Amino acid sequence: MTIIVPIAALGILSLVLAGLIVIANRKLYVYEDPRIDQVEEMLPHANCGACGFPGCRPFAEALVSGKALPGKCSVSNDAGRLAIANFLSVSVGAEEKRVARLACGGGKNVSINKAKYTGMETCQAASLISGGGKGCFWGCLGYGDCKVVCDFDAIRMNEFSLPEVDVDKCTACGDCVEACPKGLFSLHPISHRLWVACKSLEAGDHVLDVCDVGCTACGKCAMDADNNLITMVKNLPVIDYNKNHHTQVPIQRCPTGAIVWLDDQSGVQRGKESKKIIRKGDRHLGYS
Amino acid sequence: MNNESLWSIFINASLINNFVLATFLGICPFLGVSGKMETATKMGAAVTFVMVISSACAYGIHALLTAIQAPFLELISFIVVIASTVQLVEMFIKKVSPALFNALGIFLPLITTNCAVLAVALFQTSKGYNLPQSLIYSFGGGAGFTLALVLMAGIREQLEFSEVNGLVKGTALVLFVAGILSLSFMGFAGLGG
Repeated sequence: MTIIVPIAALGILSLVLAGLIVIANRKLYVYEDPRIDQVEEMLPHANCGACGFPGCRPFAEALVSGKALPGKCSVSNDAGRLAIANFLSVSVGAEEKRVARLACGGGKNVSINKAKYTGMETCQAASLISGGGKGCFWGCLGYGDCKVVCDFDAIRMNEFSLPEVDVDKCTACGDCVEACPKGLFSLHPISHRLWVACKSLEAGDHVLDVCDVGCTACGKCAMDADNNLITMVKNLPVIDYNKNHHTQVPIQRCPTGAIVWLDDQSGVQRGKESKKIIRKGDRHLGYS
Repeated sequence: MNNESLWSIFINASLINNFVLATFLGICPFLGVSGKMETATKMGAAVTFVMVISSACAYGIHALLTAIQAPFLELISFIVVIASTVQLVEMFIKKVSPALFNALGIFLPLITTNCAVLAVALFQTSKGYNLPQSLIYSFGGGAGFTLALVLMAGIREQLEFSEVNGLVKGTALVLFVAGILSLSFMGFAGLGG
């Protein structure tokens, strides 16, 4: 008999509550635009937040209410964006594709380690121990935290343990920007091809002791830059992307190859001056 | 039966035995939603609201279960009732006041599984409070929760402007601050019983 009481009590309780919720659901029904569901269905369900909204559903609500245009979604393809635009009778609103760019060129072939790190194989852990074992304090540690967090499989570690971004797959969601303990990634429009691939704040030739492609803050690039395209800030060149940055002159002026030209087809290009120092194998100095 | 005065129950629940800083309940919203003052106050208001409502429901459930002599069903019934009450309140607010619904946003459903809310229901039963006492107790608990969240949010907003060593940046520093806050709340122990 004793088992009957709890079963009955809980049974009745849940039935009453379920009934209340059912009634409330009917009586308190709030009309929602059915197009929100349909638009959400057409979105890629990545919930990555690259559009600036918390997820695909809030983005769908913004699309239906006209507060955003389909072009904001960087995960969907052209056909998908066009379908949504046609469905809602709005323009696609072309946004220039943005991708993650890495401000370091120091792979194993050009940089050295000053100490041997044998802890957990993540950049986050390594960076806590005096900034990691790398010769350059600011450089990429190469354990691939960015590759791990990338949901779109857009980052691969190349043979020199330097991350390479696949610009076709990159959606500019910003996960790698947050993951990198050195803060080397930033999101840039894909037309920003002139790029400073170094974050070393040191000045002088001893930068080259730890990395062949480091910026020594010599200032050659800034000295003859047209219209102040490049200025030196804290021992690093800063490119003003509001000016005409579609020029390859600075990469030729850079003696170490810290300033690069990012090409979709041929990848990272460096100037003639620096080409001779790029090694094919590992740079065997210090610890490895 | 318990003969505590309503005023002492309120002080007790909000300061001396503050749910977050003295009994360590509801820590996840305390760390998660205390980044900005605005969201902290909203979250605090939503929790207080749900606490008072579920306290009234818990009082009724307790009376019912005592009548059928099945007090061992209290815990499970409280969980079910709190979850469905929050659901009903959410639907009601969505219908009646869309503005309030948007303001509370994601916080309302999150409160469903907040342990501080369940703790109010369990504590008031074990202390044998009557209905007004229970309501004041839950309101005091909610006020204390809001106070803790607002204090934390204020400190964290100030910390944004200060230079912090990379080793303790982020969650570690928040936990330090939480510990110091909790220590200082221990000082209220002399206020009452």
